[in-house]
Amino acid sequence: MDSTLLTWITFIPLIGTAVIMCLPQRALGAVKVVSLVATFIPLVLATVAYVGFDKTTEQMQLVANVPWISGLGVNYHVGVDGLSLPLVWLTTLLLFIGVPASFGIEKAGRAYYALLLLLEVGIVGVFVSLDYFLFYVYWEIMLLPMYFLIGIWGGPRREYAAIKFFLYTLAGSVLMLVALVALRLSSGTFSILEMVDMAQAGALTGANLPFGGVLLGMKFTTWVFWFLFVAFAIKVPVFPFHTWLPDAHVQAPTPISVILAGILLKLGGYGMLRACFPIVPDAFRTFAYALGVLGVISIIYGAFVALGQTDFKRMVAYSSVSHMGYVLLGFAALTEWGMSGAALQMFNHGTSSAALFLVVGVIYDRAHHRDLNGFGGLSQPMPVYWGLTTVAFFAALGLPGMAGFVSEALTLVGAYDSADPRFRILVLLSVIGIVITAGFLLWAMQRVFLGSLNEKYKDLPDINLREILCQAPLLFLCVALGIFPHFLLDWMEPSVRHLVGLLGGAG
Amino acid sequence: MDFLHFSPETDFKLLLAVPLIPLIGYVVQVFFGRFLPRKGDWLLTGGMGVSMAIAVLMLAKVLHEGGGEHGGGGFFQLSSDAGLSWAWLYQSGKAAVSPLNLEVGILYDGLGAAMLAVVGVVSFFVHLFSIGYMKGDRRYHLFFANISLFSVAMIGLVLADSLLVLFIFWEIMGLMSYLLIGHFSHDQSTPFFQRWATWASKKAFLTTRVGDCCLLIGMMMFWQHYHTFEFVDLWRLANEDVARNGGEWPMWMTIAGLFIFGGTVGKSAQFPLHIWLPDAMAGPTPVSAMIHAATMVAAGVFLLGRTFPILSPEVLAVVTATGAFTALFAATIGVTAFDLKAVLAWSTISQLGFMVAAIGTGGIGLVAGLFHMVTHAFFKSCLFLSAGSVIHGCHHEQDMRKMGGLRTRMPLTFAAMGISTLAIAGIPLFSGFYSKDKIIQAAFTKTSLEFSGAAVFAAVALPIAAALTAFYMFRMMFMTFGGTYRGEVAEAHGHGHGHDEHDDHHDHELVHSEDGGIAPGHPGPLPVESSWPMTVSLLCLAALGFLGGKFWLADFDVLAHHAPWFVRLVSPETLYPGVELMNGYGHAITHEMVEHAEHTAHTLALVVSLLVAGLGIFGAWWFYGARKASPERVAAALGEVYRTVARKYYVDEFVNATVIRLTHLLAHVQRWFDENVVDGIVVGVGRANRSLGFLQAWFDRTVVDGLVNGTAAVTQLFGSLARLFQTGRIQQYVTFAVGGGLIAAAWLILA
Repeated sequence: MDSTLLTWITFIPLIGTAVIMCLPQRALGAVKVVSLVATFIPLVLATVAYVGFDKTTEQMQLVANVPWISGLGVNYHVGVDGLSLPLVWLTTLLLFIGVPASFGIEKAGRAYYALLLLLEVGIVGVFVSLDYFLFYVYWEIMLLPMYFLIGIWGGPRREYAAIKFFLYTLAGSVLMLVALVALRLSSGTFSILEMVDMAQAGALTGANLPFGGVLLGMKFTTWVFWFLFVAFAIKVPVFPFHTWLPDAHVQAPTPISVILAGILLKLGGYGMLRACFPIVPDAFRTFAYALGVLGVISIIYGAFVALGQTDFKRMVAYSSVSHMGYVLLGFAALTEWGMSGAALQMFNHGTSSAALFLVVGVIYDRAHHRDLNGFGGLSQPMPVYWGLTTVAFFAALGLPGMAGFVSEALTLVGAYDSADPRFRILVLLSVIGIVITAGFLLWAMQRVFLGSLNEKYKDLPDINLREILCQAPLLFLCVALGIFPHFLLDWMEPSVRHLVGLLGGAG
Repeated sequence: MDFLHFSPETDFKLLLAVPLIPLIGYVVQVFFGRFLPRKGDWLLTGGMGVSMAIAVLMLAKVLHEGGGEHGGGGFFQLSSDAGLSWAWLYQSGKAAVSPLNLEVGILYDGLGAAMLAVVGVVSFFVHLFSIGYMKGDRRYHLFFANISLFSVAMIGLVLADSLLVLFIFWEIMGLMSYLLIGHFSHDQSTPFFQRWATWASKKAFLTTRVGDCCLLIGMMMFWQHYHTFEFVDLWRLANEDVARNGGEWPMWMTIAGLFIFGGTVGKSAQFPLHIWLPDAMAGPTPVSAMIHAATMVAAGVFLLGRTFPILSPEVLAVVTATGAFTALFAATIGVTAFDLKAVLAWSTISQLGFMVAAIGTGGIGLVAGLFHMVTHAFFKSCLFLSAGSVIHGCHHEQDMRKMGGLRTRMPLTFAAMGISTLAIAGIPLFSGFYSKDKIIQAAFTKTSLEFSGAAVFAAVALPIAAALTAFYMFRMMFMTFGGTYRGEVAEAHGHGHGHDEHDDHHDHELVHSEDGGIAPGHPGPLPVESSWPMTVSLLCLAALGFLGGKFWLADFDVLAHHAPWFVRLVSPETLYPGVELMNGYGHAITHEMVEHAEHTAHTLALVVSLLVAGLGIFGAWWFYGARKASPERVAAALGEVYRTVARKYYVDEFVNATVIRLTHLLAHVQRWFDENVVDGIVVGVGRANRSLGFLQAWFDRTVVDGLVNGTAAVTQLFGSLARLFQTGRIQQYVTFAVGGGLIAAAWLILA
């Protein structure tokens, strides 16, 4: 396949942005069409890439590598493997869904769609970058549109949420930048793959730096590990770095929440796999158990806090914290099942949480509030909406037969099987999270849809066709991947196996 | 009979059709059901009928193949042996053949064959019954869709060849029970049921999910040691392990076994996770029939049958004790219930206790427990559907105190319910007798061979529970069908005798009754018999409840000269072929001793079970038939004891006060912690930074800027000084230059 394919996927939305900026402010219809086209083509291209992917190798595919800033040794180096390609595809899908989901937004539509497309450039860019400098550039590109999308089109406290989001993530970026510079100085390259190779050869210890590999009593690799880990953990978000998330979600407009939960959180997990753990594998192994503990705290704590919420969207936001905890637990266990489960969980959470935020969006558009106690009996005026919500809820609580179950079960079984027996206790604890998750989802279901009908809402219109069409592909994936998980696992397997090997884990 | 020959290649594909037909039906029904004529009920009922036919045909094949004249060869087939299995997680690359992959296949043996047929039959008749019973319901088409998928889940569970696949269907069944118990939670017209169904469905799902999580943990523990979920491998590996260990069961296996049993405790409603089942009757009665007979609760017992070889003797002792306690505990509550369906619900819990206790005793008990699962499925589904028919006839009245005299008004329902009651009470010739008698025999056998606390408890508790069963079941019969009709008669609403018209029930404003939480009915005309789909279902199931204990499809051995048909299919040897069970009696006890003990126990059990059944029936007749003593006075005399039992020993209240409240408290504490501490730190850091910013701004304004300004001032000063010299006169400049040069030169030379 053509090595420019990834570049096209990345930059077609940018062309869309440029076209939109040339359109007159009034031509909102044309803007929408351009946005649809500019997100649909990448989806098609990503599907082409997915179908044409060679599932037998862990090598990077569709690689393009040309010098960019030759003075610094920065290359435009892109490529995908089984870990990044599913996430690229998910990104293009969610952005494509995000456009029609935004059709209700009236305010400054042109700028909104332009920023939305710019966001896609940043996200896809991060997933395909194999050069650390490029990775960082895309990481920062993505931040800016998100800031504006929350800060301009958000809810009443949008400025607070946007600034909190921006500063929090920026703090992470600074840590990443410091680690990046340190790595560049130590390794002499920006190539992530070369860094990984050096780390495998034991050459990336910072011994060539002035301080000789030990700084303030801590090893260079330990410093790098924690800097990078915190940078990515903020994005995941891992307890205790998660508090920007509920605020950002609650204030963000629905499609932005969908993208935020569906993909942006995955950047954190993906960043760990691509640009943190394999570069400093020894440090990772040293702290794997601590990571597992953080993961389990996220699972249980997120679930309990979600149970305590009265705002529908905040509840869903905290459920994300809980679900992303599995990702960290799966990574830390360092078994093939754990890692596969975690990688799968990233994808599956992308579909199920996106579906949940769409669910919240539908009701917010109609009732203009999100208070879980302010509804009741909505299954009667809105039976189709209730049916779709049921599917989304049960996908989120990991019902077998749905995608979430496969990833959670693989993660838990893989973690239980870890070489480190202490993980068994973690798995036993995380089971509490499963029950509580079922609890808060069913309780929400009861308060919103069941029970006696709130008279105020007895004439609410049911979910409309546009909303159904946004929801349908996500729910389809939730069910289909629960029955046929090999459509992801086969693609991921060589890369996962390779990664587990790099990190020094057993199969 | 050639067609009765089992050929794996074709027959496994045929077996696959059993769940697939209703599954396809479900999908069609969900999307297009409301557009189909009659809202698609014929489609799903017909589909289930075909599934039932296949399941029964398969059972006939299995009986032909394996069930020889006296228990014979047994039958055991794995689809993976016939090359029919499906790679689930990976289908290409190295992983497709690695042990990490999960192969999904079918395990079809005597137990599976029997259970599959039972599920097919019960489910079909429940479908048929629902055509009459659910008529006029506003979510009629969805009801049929859901109940079909409910059956699919159970069928899948029965056919599963590995613990993980079983778990998948196990959980799907949990979902369907949630949706079906909550069926009325969408129905505004019956506020009582709406409220009840809403929380009952949630309660059922969450309570069973606690058990499900236990099962998941147990599965993980076994996976970690053997890296397989397949039953056949687990049985073999675990028992080989124990054999290598000199017959000692490792600690982890006991713990894992207890966790697996936790799954049964949840699904099969054993103490203390039984609390969901009585409330599950908030769903429509056909759903109760499904839950109490062929699905849900049977799944837990089935799981025990599938995992029996990997349960250590310690686990089995716990299983016996839990089952026996539950049997007795629930039976006492059943005696005090006035809600017709509640009596049946508590009796289900009690009967499940029998099954679980029996399986815990192992050997003959395993067979007896599983056998009781099968016979119980027939008569309990019939009992529930009969109760539905009665409630339907009595205008949604469920309180037995407001019934009576229905014997003549609903003769077919009376016949069906009567037969089933005789079966559950354990009267000879009726199916329940055979299985219950065997259970008591198993308890006695176990006690005489191995004197342990659990076995003795079971041997004492089970006969008492059996007596109570006979008592409360006949109490129910006398209260419902005996005497005269005590309901309020009113020629209301001018709708004549059209009892098929459901609408009037929905128009009626039902009032929430605090009176023991019994769903209230409303006055109506005198009850009459239900419509034909209902009565046909009742009578067919009643016939099976009568015959199910002994008749053998192939030769109609009604008089049961031989062992019951099930016992020919299922024995520990045929169920787990090639596995040397290590959880039986020790080496000290020989085969002859076991046979002798079984023989002795058999006579004793026969006498005891006849005695307790007779005693229970006589008691019921004494109090409720002949009314020679007033049950109210006995209740009053018992005082607080009676109240405690009637309030179900306050288990619900206890759970509410501890677990539920603690969970909510934890949620609120953590929410507070999150908003004030975790986020507080973040916001605090932000504030601190901002304050620092202000501080720096001040510093900038006063100090830095001051410095700058100061610098400027100093510069100015210097400037003014310089201005003194910058006069613009050449001579002066030259003078300065020369002078400066001289000074510099002097400094350079001198230094």
